[in-house]
Amino acid sequence: MKLTVNGTSHEVDIEDDMPLLWVLRDELGITGPKYGCGIAQCGACTVHVDGIAVRSCQLAAGDVDGDITTIEGLGTPSALHAVQEAWIDLQVAQCGYCQAGQIMQAASFLDLNPTPTDDQIDAAMSGNLCRCGSYPRIRAAVKTAATKLKGV
Amino acid sequence: MGRVKTIARRSFLIGSAAIAGGVAFGTYLYKREGTNPLLADLGPGQTAITPYVIIDANGVTLITPRADVGQGAWSMQAYLIAEELDIDPATATLSPGPASAIYYNGVVGAEAMPIAATSDTLLARTGRSAADVMGKLMGLHITGGSTTVPDMYDRLRMAGAVARETLIKAAMAQTGLPRDQLSTENGCIVLPDGLKLEYIDLAAAAAEIEPVQDVTLRDPSEWRYLGKPIKRTDMVAKSTGTQTYGIDMQMEGMVIATTRTNPAIGGGMVGFDAETARTMRGVQAVMPITGGIAVVADNTWRAFQAAQAVECDWGPSPYIGDSADQFAAVAASFTDEMQDSRFKDEGDVVAALEGAQVINAEYRIPYLAHAPLEPMSVVVKLTQTRLDIWTGTQIPRFVQANAAKLTGMDADDIHVHVLMSGGSFGRRLEDDYIAQAVEIAMQLPDTPIKMVWQREEDFTHDFPRPLAIARAKGSTRDGQVDTFDLAIAAPSVAESSLARLGQPAIGPDVAIVAGAWDQPFHIPNYRVTGYRTPAMLPISSWRSVGASGNGFLHESFVDELCHAAGADPLAERLRLCWHDPSRKVLEAVGEMSDWGSDLGPNRGRGLAFTLAFGVPVAEVVEVTSTDAGIRIDKVFVAADVGRVLDPLNFEAQLQGAVIFGLGHAMNCELTYQDGIAQQDNFHAYEGLRLYQTPEITVRGLENGDKIKGIGEPGVPPAAPALANAIFAATGKRIRELPLSKSVDFV
Repeated sequence: MKLTVNGTSHEVDIEDDMPLLWVLRDELGITGPKYGCGIAQCGACTVHVDGIAVRSCQLAAGDVDGDITTIEGLGTPSALHAVQEAWIDLQVAQCGYCQAGQIMQAASFLDLNPTPTDDQIDAAMSGNLCRCGSYPRIRAAVKTAATKLKGV
Repeated sequence: MGRVKTIARRSFLIGSAAIAGGVAFGTYLYKREGTNPLLADLGPGQTAITPYVIIDANGVTLITPRADVGQGAWSMQAYLIAEELDIDPATATLSPGPASAIYYNGVVGAEAMPIAATSDTLLARTGRSAADVMGKLMGLHITGGSTTVPDMYDRLRMAGAVARETLIKAAMAQTGLPRDQLSTENGCIVLPDGLKLEYIDLAAAAAEIEPVQDVTLRDPSEWRYLGKPIKRTDMVAKSTGTQTYGIDMQMEGMVIATTRTNPAIGGGMVGFDAETARTMRGVQAVMPITGGIAVVADNTWRAFQAAQAVECDWGPSPYIGDSADQFAAVAASFTDEMQDSRFKDEGDVVAALEGAQVINAEYRIPYLAHAPLEPMSVVVKLTQTRLDIWTGTQIPRFVQANAAKLTGMDADDIHVHVLMSGGSFGRRLEDDYIAQAVEIAMQLPDTPIKMVWQREEDFTHDFPRPLAIARAKGSTRDGQVDTFDLAIAAPSVAESSLARLGQPAIGPDVAIVAGAWDQPFHIPNYRVTGYRTPAMLPISSWRSVGASGNGFLHESFVDELCHAAGADPLAERLRLCWHDPSRKVLEAVGEMSDWGSDLGPNRGRGLAFTLAFGVPVAEVVEVTSTDAGIRIDKVFVAADVGRVLDPLNFEAQLQGAVIFGLGHAMNCELTYQDGIAQQDNFHAYEGLRLYQTPEITVRGLENGDKIKGIGEPGVPPAAPALANAIFAATGKRIRELPLSKSVDFV
């Protein structure tokens, strides 16, 4: 099976029904997407397929029909995406385990809706759990990122 | 030994004496700090300045031995050292260091003693000193009880100061200049002409000289980092997917394991059939472990699938297995024989209630899961000569000791590499998952093994926060709260968790009544009694431990009595409160929330206050009762830790604690059937999600006389403040958690 992840094409020999999350983490060594629940309840595994946020723990690798972007492909410590910048500026993370998923969710959401209302932010981000309770700063960082992205 | 001696001669062991010299701790029972554990593993050209600083040609490494479970402990410890060492923590390498007795916790033991945080009597001070001595003698390298800052505040700044002054002394020898002509800045000694000598170039010389032990800590007015908004050292990694947690470890030749043990807690396994599982793709082995099976495979998902395919014959749980029977056992513990403590007994409760109009209430709180978002995971590698363990843990020395018992190896040959934890909330005070991985390694030596639990395994094999029942009686007099008699029955966390650590639990369990018996109020007749339910299924500490539930029990009943007296809940608490920093946090939330102003129809405010871990915290919750249910609009929080070292993280920890407290109060419980937890993933145990998150305003006060930690104290008042707000908005008094059993939430 052929998968394109962060711009690189990979040939992987895997079962069609292996969730994308485990192809990324265990076959390709891309560990930014996290395992939290395995049933699309927490969002820690969120990645983009053709720019759209998906829960990679519930997406069978055989059903992937586009280019995959993980947090590693969104931006790097030396070349941050605007959403990552906002996350750092506002010191969002606590344990940080959910944040790759939160950031991927936010980046996709802002791409589709660059001028969201507060209610739209709440709705878009509510599928991602944060056990530490960083929600107030996530909310603020999404708004900050929206402003940053408009300025680009 | 030869190698160690060689290294020791050209390394310098300072810090130790300076710390043991009594700057931070009383030292009458012990003289020496112990051996610097960093010396054994130093490479050529490296210098270990105190057990907290290593300098070599590549830079400075700061040792941050308290675990980071999301509360920012690594970053804060680095800043404590850096403030005195004069370096930018962003330029340093951070390392949690090895498991070592030298990193003992001198504060955490006091939490287990019946000493009110507000007490400064000789007995209280003696008790706290004893906790320090005990921590040292036992080598309690442990993170918990919001102790990192109180325990490390002086110790790490001293380590930084000792290292700085010793480097300066080396520079004096090199330049011939006197001390007063040298200053330090950003990892350099600055000479009078502006020339700079880098620390890394002085390290070798510093190792040859007698270390400076007479140092004075800087006055907070001179601080460069502390007391101001701090950039946490882990933010970039955590925002770019580059932070490595235990679950992310990758090694050459590594295999992946998962375990499945009896979901009926303690039931054990009668037998298993792995015929199908063994034929599944990628599966390398299926093996028995204590209480169940382990699957070893080449991929986590394949291991998960195969583990589910193993047919297991489980035995029955030996514990009381159904929720109704568990609560019945707790309800049956209000007897003289099971009385565990009565630390608070003021006035004459019995006489006061006679003839008074008695207000009776019974409250219930459920078992709760920790459920950190990173499921339990660990990497182990066992060879003939050593065992390496990589994981997020709060108890590295207990991990070492327990692995030594399991393998028969010498503890010195067991190396625990502590990693960033994807949450804990107390879960990583247990090492059951590590023991499982070691069992697998004993059957599969010389291979790095990453063991990852499925989320369902994590939920069903937690050591939950215990359930409890409280029976309260009270009365009012002339519009004031007059009598408050609270009896709390619960199983003992200390008894359960200390037994697993091989430690005895002596005397009453303070956790049964923590956050209730020790509150700073003078009620004329005031009694708090703990009853110990005989042990049921294994339980453990959960963020804010005893106070996590007792805050709800105490503050709900205070609210009920205030209303019965016709008294304002804030004014009445202020009237009863004798502790000045506590009064000030109450006044602060009153002001922040505009307490007393009219909110309009179907709206209400609730107030709660808990002093836990020495930190008074007051919270006001504002709710609206809508057609779709209760909506939480705003929360106001005021807390006093004596000194706020980082206002940004202080706010984050309190907001997180409020969300943790509210979410679990709203919709979380672990219920049991036949000893099996009925909630096995987040669909059945949601907590708060972002759309339900209110605006949370935080204020830090600094009136307390001791510096305290803020990871846990914000949790206890959240649940009662919410329940009290629901009462204010609807007139409905809810005495059982989760609240979703009684009301809907928007």
